[in-house]
Amino acid sequence: MYDGWKIIVGLIVFIAFVTLPFTWSTGKEYLKVEPKIDTPEIQKLPEAERKCVESKEFMRKEHMKMLIDWRDAVVRDGKTLYVNSQGKSFNMSLQNTCMQCHTNKSKFCDECHNYVGVKPYCWDCHIEPKENIKKEARL
Amino acid sequence: MSNIDRRHFLKLLGIGAFIGIGGSSLFEIVGKGTIEASVEQYKKVPEAFQAKRWAMVIDLKKLDQKIINDCTEACHRIHNVPKILDPKEEIKWIWEEKFKNAFPEMKDDYMAPEIKNMRVLVLCNHCDNPPCVRVCPTKATFKRKDGIVMMDMHRCIGCRFCMAGCPYGARSFNWKDPRQYIKDENPEFPFRMRGVVEKCTFCYERLDRGLPPACVEASKGAIIYGDITDPNSEIRKILSSNFAIRRKAKLGTKPSVYYLL
Repeated sequence: MYDGWKIIVGLIVFIAFVTLPFTWSTGKEYLKVEPKIDTPEIQKLPEAERKCVESKEFMRKEHMKMLIDWRDAVVRDGKTLYVNSQGKSFNMSLQNTCMQCHTNKSKFCDECHNYVGVKPYCWDCHIEPKENIKKEARL
Repeated sequence: MSNIDRRHFLKLLGIGAFIGIGGSSLFEIVGKGTIEASVEQYKKVPEAFQAKRWAMVIDLKKLDQKIINDCTEACHRIHNVPKILDPKEEIKWIWEEKFKNAFPEMKDDYMAPEIKNMRVLVLCNHCDNPPCVRVCPTKATFKRKDGIVMMDMHRCIGCRFCMAGCPYGARSFNWKDPRQYIKDENPEFPFRMRGVVEKCTFCYERLDRGLPPACVEASKGAIIYGDITDPNSEIRKILSSNFAIRRKAKLGTKPSVYYLL
């Protein structure tokens, strides 16, 4: 092999360069995603009623599909009540139901959406709850 | 099995085919029905107003400037309609028009000026045969079962075919983000975004909650609404005892908004 050492050194430098992002970040802490559900509106509710329309696991996986189904039911069929798996009914509305409890859009919605890089267009039209982000930052 | 004859074989085949095809589809129909009935996830509120076809009567004799302003203001405030002064970009759900412009086919050289310039409140006619629905390529605008011609803003791509299709000019396009033009927002109703078409929705969100349309509420009796298919409804009684006109009825769109002169 002609110039074998040059090739080997070149390969080593190349591999080191390519794996740099992985070696560089070992030992460092990853960005953590911590959606918060501790809004004052939820804290105020009695313990028994402190539940979302469906279970946490279901909401985590299916909330996007559920919101689209809600939209179709309300807009197309004029049905505004959602009966959940426990038989309890809720008004189907992102603005008037979901965000009345989850008043912390930046910590509840954006936290995960930013992490996974999705940009749902909900807030182009729907009115987001007023948050005092500046105040929280000062505290 | 060797003694099976042709006749017996065909009989068995027939019975088998009947059970196979008929039985399975019967099971499907019955099964589906029970499943759907047991988990009815989406329901109407019991107090929701329901009709086969909603319609409206506007009594022009009772309209004055104050009522017109009140109706427009109430509608536009409740639905977060932006107030843009430039007529090329303005958004309107319900607005004032002169009689000669609202009913151009009735214009006549010798028409009394007070009729010619009479104030008329115009809005989406919620046609029974809506041209806007026919031309919409995404089914963003559609006719509900109760006759309301609705918009699904999520599906609108802003092609404006519906605006070209509507003979009443009832639709407005959002050339700009409407948010900056709204001072007092109604937190219970969404805005629209730039690039979608919007119009009157017959207050579907209020009817579904058991409330009359906002303009009817603000009109002090000048606007009456109801189910036009119900012969005992107030609106049918008015229509059977008065002469009522509709805008551009000859076009065949079958508008649901009637005017009393």
